[in-house]
Amino acid sequence: MSATNSRKGELWSVNSRFLLVSETGVWVFFLLCAVITVLTTAGIIIVLGTETIAFFRRSGVSVLSFLTGTELSPGGDPPKYGILPLVWGTMVIAAGSSLISLPIGLLSAIYLSEYAPRWLRAVLKPALELLAGIPTIVYGYLALLLVTPALRALCEPFGLQVQTFNALSACVVVGVMTIPMVSSLSEDVLSAVPRSLREAGYALGATKFAVSTRIVLPAGLSGVAASFILAISRAIGETMAVVLAAGSRPQITLNPLTSVETMTAYIVAEMGGEASYDSLKHFSLFAVGMALLLITLSMNILSGLVLRRCREVYQ
Amino acid sequence: MSPQSTSRYQPRRGIWSFLGAAFGGACFLATLSGVIALSVLLGSVVVTVLRRSPAHAWYDLWNNARELFVYLQALAARRQSTNPAIAGFRIGIAGSLWLLFLVALFAIPIGVGAAVFLEEFAPQGRIRRIIQTNIANLAGVPSIVYGILGLALFVRAFGVRALALGPTLWAGALTLSLLILPMIVIASQEALRTVPSSLREAAIALGATRWQVVRDHVLPAALPGILTGTILGLSRAIGETAPLLMVGAAGAILQLPRGPSDRYTALPVEIYNYATDPDRRNFQPVAAGGILLLLVLLLTMNMAAILFRNHFGRVKE
Repeated sequence: MSATNSRKGELWSVNSRFLLVSETGVWVFFLLCAVITVLTTAGIIIVLGTETIAFFRRSGVSVLSFLTGTELSPGGDPPKYGILPLVWGTMVIAAGSSLISLPIGLLSAIYLSEYAPRWLRAVLKPALELLAGIPTIVYGYLALLLVTPALRALCEPFGLQVQTFNALSACVVVGVMTIPMVSSLSEDVLSAVPRSLREAGYALGATKFAVSTRIVLPAGLSGVAASFILAISRAIGETMAVVLAAGSRPQITLNPLTSVETMTAYIVAEMGGEASYDSLKHFSLFAVGMALLLITLSMNILSGLVLRRCREVYQ
Repeated sequence: MSPQSTSRYQPRRGIWSFLGAAFGGACFLATLSGVIALSVLLGSVVVTVLRRSPAHAWYDLWNNARELFVYLQALAARRQSTNPAIAGFRIGIAGSLWLLFLVALFAIPIGVGAAVFLEEFAPQGRIRRIIQTNIANLAGVPSIVYGILGLALFVRAFGVRALALGPTLWAGALTLSLLILPMIVIASQEALRTVPSSLREAAIALGATRWQVVRDHVLPAALPGILTGTILGLSRAIGETAPLLMVGAAGAILQLPRGPSDRYTALPVEIYNYATDPDRRNFQPVAAGGILLLLVLLLTMNMAAILFRNHFGRVKE
């Protein structure tokens, strides 16, 4: 009987046959629910794995040239599949957006956990949650409507050409978008730093500034680092804001005012082009998706490991 | 510090106290950035809608609000079109509401079920740890990857014609359900953990079976937390665009879906289409109006969830 072979099993002794059947049935149902989550992971890996292999087999592109190729033109003759321009575009967006989201998110986490009076915290935390619930397409539209014209007004007097789709506006909106994530995750960690550490600091005559930056922040550092990694990983996996703001020209450039294409934008653009299910283009979606999954997954696992270290110290 | 100092607390003067004040101010400003972003966002979208026909002066708030309301109502009633004057979101709104209903149908029982299994039924040990790690990792997978999964698994069924659902509401709803499943599981687990174990022990002591304990005592006590997490998850599903583009909600659909096996389009997808239209300057008020409709729906859902939690969140000890 499966219901009894667990830790608390001895507490139950079911006599009625009806109860026995229904207990087992319920147990199996809940187990199936949990198994579905595992199957989802398996499904993602199987789908991406098989189709990626099919892509390499059909196109004749070697894995090495796929990973190191600097040219991407699936419609060209012969078609070229090099993922580096996409990786470059993704990294530009991730780096640029983290310049905005990491400092602002961290400062606001410090404010919420150290400075804010209780009533203000009670107002600001739900506001941050509301902000986190705004869909990414809204941010993308905002980039086109507001950020790019603003950049134009700022840059064109200096003779800088700003394209309609440009990497900088994507960085701005993705950065703003990930602020709530950094600040709420970091705030959780900073609030969990034991009170005794703060009180020891104040007892020695430290100011609030010193306690926040020299005691609380170092104590919660690994948690803050974990939230940073998660935010960068989110920026890498971000799709709609980037599609709308940064456009779809795969190129390796240092000029943030021109269009770049990220891995996610490539997937959407090629899918929107209604690539037929048997074309090489269609299979290349899965190869790019695989690369995207590997990058974000390894960052998430890294963040989990860093966070676990932080928990071990204080709990 | 001078030895004759008698006050209990004397912060260092000069540059340090200035730095401290500057730091506090910077932290406060950073926190406000969220509120600023939200108001800039709403403000610019509203202004874009109203600029369409500047019939009233900007300070005429009452008439402007009425104008906005009338326009949003018109948008909600019109179908999609290549003419910005008669374009609207009726089919997309219907599609999104269908998706909401179907996703709730799939994701809530499975998500809550998985959470109950992990918290109440699963033996401590390796299996539980594997499932737990797996869910944490799934929560970080980009939504576009779920779109790829849905495309291969539900829309095409690996090329098996008999099982393929095609670009129908079923496929879209199943994909979105998988997407929000980790969110619902994690939120429900947190809610279940706040139920005091004394409640369980009391029921066990009276001879309740495990399922009776969960059904009659643990789930009712955890319900507010579970509902909050569920509403937040559903609102995420409604706002998602990328996976829907992958599973085929992109086309021009002019008919209301009559059942879950019809083709469909969704509100955010229509916004995307209008925003990327070659004639997008003329479509700007339409797209902005669509975003307002979407935000009204989502912010209402999220606000309800947050208020709900703040109101009922505390479990009786």
